[in-house]
Amino acid sequence: MKLSERLKRWDVLYFFLTNNKFKIGIGILLFFILLSVIGPFFVRYTPYEYAGAQASPPTFDHPLGTSPFGYDLYSQLIVALDGTWLVGLIGGGVATMIGLLIGFFAGYKGGFWDELLMMLTNILLVIPTIALLVIIASFLNSRSVVLESVIIGLTGWPWVARAVRAQTLSLKSREFVNLSKISGAGTLKIIMEDIAPNMLSYVFMVFILQFGGSILAIVGLSFIGLGPTNSVSLGGILQDSVLWNALILGYWWWMIPPGIVITFMVASLYFINMAMDEAFNPRLRST
Amino acid sequence: MKKYLTRKIIIYLITFFIAASLDWAIPRLMPGNPVSLIVSRFAQASSGSASQASLVTKQMFDYFMQAFQLNIPWWEQYALFWRNIFTGNLGISMYLYPEPVINIILSAVPYDILFLLPSILLSFWVGNRIGAWAARSKKADNILLPTFYILTSVPYFWLGILLVWIFGTLLRVLPMSGAFSYSMTPSFTFAFIFDYLKHWILPFLSLFIVSLGGWAIGMRNMIIYELESNYSRYMGSLGASQRLIRKYSYRNAILPQVTGLALQLGTIVAGAITTEIVFSYPGIGYILFEGIMNKDYPLIQGCFLFIIVGVLLANFVIDILYMFIDPRVRIAYTEG
Repeated sequence: MKLSERLKRWDVLYFFLTNNKFKIGIGILLFFILLSVIGPFFVRYTPYEYAGAQASPPTFDHPLGTSPFGYDLYSQLIVALDGTWLVGLIGGGVATMIGLLIGFFAGYKGGFWDELLMMLTNILLVIPTIALLVIIASFLNSRSVVLESVIIGLTGWPWVARAVRAQTLSLKSREFVNLSKISGAGTLKIIMEDIAPNMLSYVFMVFILQFGGSILAIVGLSFIGLGPTNSVSLGGILQDSVLWNALILGYWWWMIPPGIVITFMVASLYFINMAMDEAFNPRLRST
Repeated sequence: MKKYLTRKIIIYLITFFIAASLDWAIPRLMPGNPVSLIVSRFAQASSGSASQASLVTKQMFDYFMQAFQLNIPWWEQYALFWRNIFTGNLGISMYLYPEPVINIILSAVPYDILFLLPSILLSFWVGNRIGAWAARSKKADNILLPTFYILTSVPYFWLGILLVWIFGTLLRVLPMSGAFSYSMTPSFTFAFIFDYLKHWILPFLSLFIVSLGGWAIGMRNMIIYELESNYSRYMGSLGASQRLIRKYSYRNAILPQVTGLALQLGTIVAGAITTEIVFSYPGIGYILFEGIMNKDYPLIQGCFLFIIVGVLLANFVIDILYMFIDPRVRIAYTEG
């Protein structure tokens, strides 16, 4: 039992290391992590500091060019990158935690609590997150990155709750759980020893998806003018570029790089998620 | 069938009740008073001695508190709020004063319908088809699946920016913003419709392309599960052609996808709002943006209500459709 379990773990690890999607995903992710670790050493201006040449295309001095106000866009991008990680971690974390608690409780308890919690979850699922975020954020005068991440997490949990509940329901009726129950194990012991280990990989995958989802949410929110008020954000840079006619004037260096960063950051997370899905669900493997 | 629909209608009414209550409650729960904010903006603009300014500020504050009916007890405010909803009174816009919010929003609705319906339906249909085709065909899958994942990671509006940059700025073949040229007036003439379509195609494409990826991924995974299921294996062992088996798999796999369509509407709405901003497309998203930029709270709250109503109606239509495509739902509620 022990040995086969260990072998199975190695099998999954082996699958990860030979899976191209995993390699590409983790490669892109590492690149962005490196960028936000090493990048700040090359930042010579604060985000809203007059850096010289106005609206200049990328040069040696300004690797990503400057905006018409003379802000160095590389500096803005690197600072915004930190905020983006924070939103992903906190937003994804909060959504996963709440969803995990509610979904698990509903699935494990069943009956009345299940009905009630799932009705609440389904109602919140129907209400568009963006509408809720807009109505909350537009009435806040000062918005910090952390506060916005928490709000995004608070609106993102229904997806997690549904997924976790479904998983709990299927695990709850397995033989090994029944066996523990017959052996007289307490609820907490069953949860910790039988259910949690089987759900861990699943929950981690949900967290990765929420991480990406939170990033996309903050980008959209910043773009419609409700981003963090105390720092630059990737969506904020894009909003500036559209509001100040970068499109008509053809300042491609202002609007293209932030989008590429967002797209590939989120895509790398999805790639890792896809590889994990294939590792744990061999049926989905395409090869 | 009646039972199924009544159940759904009740759930949607509860949802609307909760959402509308949030629309009423959130602004009141937030720290700070929107009225003081408006007044402070006026106070900054006005000049004069300090005591005079403070008197003016005080009077303005009282005036606005009364105008927005914030000086009466909260339960009366709440009752009034519901009465206003049922009489279609969503307040007066502050930014486009004295235009009623409801008129501003209603003028945007036709653009939204003509923009959203085709992009949602077409991306759903095309995405499902491509996804079903990619499933279990090794070559196509290895190229298409990563492509789909990259597509779903693109922020809708950024694809819009990219498209405008390519087709508007670089190639100069398509207009960059608006729903029609300034020189045109909306009418049912060939020239206007052609002009409208020219403005419509880029926003349509940005929504269409991004949502396509998600549908394709979902369908691809569903088809793989269906092809592994017992009925497919049984059909295979009877000698049914791959084509026939796939046809049956598709019919089973489309059901969860339709449910997914209802759940994804929220994300699509978010995409539509941001895309409309890029194109200055006069839908609700763009109006909401103007409301946010000008701190026009009645307009923001009105847009919120309209988005909720739209999403709920769409959900209801999908529920009815689902009843027709899934015989199990139909039978369970008519015979049981």
